[in-house]
Amino acid sequence: MKSAVTSFFAGIVFALGLGISGMTRPIKVIGFLDFFGQWDASLAFVMIGAIAVYFVAYRISRRMSSPVLEAKFSIPSRADFDARLIAGAAVFGIGWGLGGFCPGPAITSLASGAAPVAVFVAAMAAGIYLHGWISGRDISAARDSRIVLDGAVDA
Amino acid sequence: MHSFTPIASLVGGILIGVSASAMLLLEGKIAGMSGIFAGILRPISNDTTWRACFIAGLLAGGLLLRIFMPAAYDFGIVRSYGVLVTAGLLVGFGTRLGNGCTSGHGVCGISRLSPRSMVATATFIASGAVTVYLFNHLAAGGR
Repeated sequence: MKSAVTSFFAGIVFALGLGISGMTRPIKVIGFLDFFGQWDASLAFVMIGAIAVYFVAYRISRRMSSPVLEAKFSIPSRADFDARLIAGAAVFGIGWGLGGFCPGPAITSLASGAAPVAVFVAAMAAGIYLHGWISGRDISAARDSRIVLDGAVDA
Repeated sequence: MHSFTPIASLVGGILIGVSASAMLLLEGKIAGMSGIFAGILRPISNDTTWRACFIAGLLAGGLLLRIFMPAAYDFGIVRSYGVLVTAGLLVGFGTRLGNGCTSGHGVCGISRLSPRSMVATATFIASGAVTVYLFNHLAAGGR
């Protein structure tokens, strides 16, 4: 119950951070990715701010035997590289550059009521199901995605 | 034509970091948006409650923005529906194949000095930049 409330409020703060930082505005995202045009460096500062805080939090977490409200940490431990990681990131980047939305800002922006956002999120859900459908036919991939959903790999 | 907003972006980034830190220290969870969303769409484990609550919080925060900071939804660039559907499919598929997005890899992973996340982040920023270049400069801005 406490975890549910914590998650809810963390979601609110995350959304406010996305909105204040400019991440909910595709013009800022596409401006950031436009290195060869009129580059808008703003979103680099989003990463600097977020990483500065989380870097400290992660160091603190390493000294804790368990998180405050739960029995154990679910932290990724993989350190190897594979084609899937690179290909997936590359495909994600293409979609990010095309639409100007990544998952968090897109979900947050559903609250704007704007139809284009709803269309994007619906397509994103379809992409997730498509991946599940394809990887479900591949036993090793299915095992990977199970690990991901249990929070043990990356994000 | 773009406006540079380092202070607002830094403040927003700090809030994102605070939220992700709370998820880590209180619940032991990685605040990866694509993973949280996918975990609701395709629940394999029974651990969906915290994910659903986080998404509900995102939407509640989104409503607060709509009321108190409507400028957050000045999208500036809105692609055609065809482009948005393509983009959404690629983002959904790619984030699952690559196990994360800007939050999970870009913020949480880099902060943990995870080599996988550093490579993933460099890759999606590079492919995003190439995409924007091709779209804006070669397709002559078919916005």
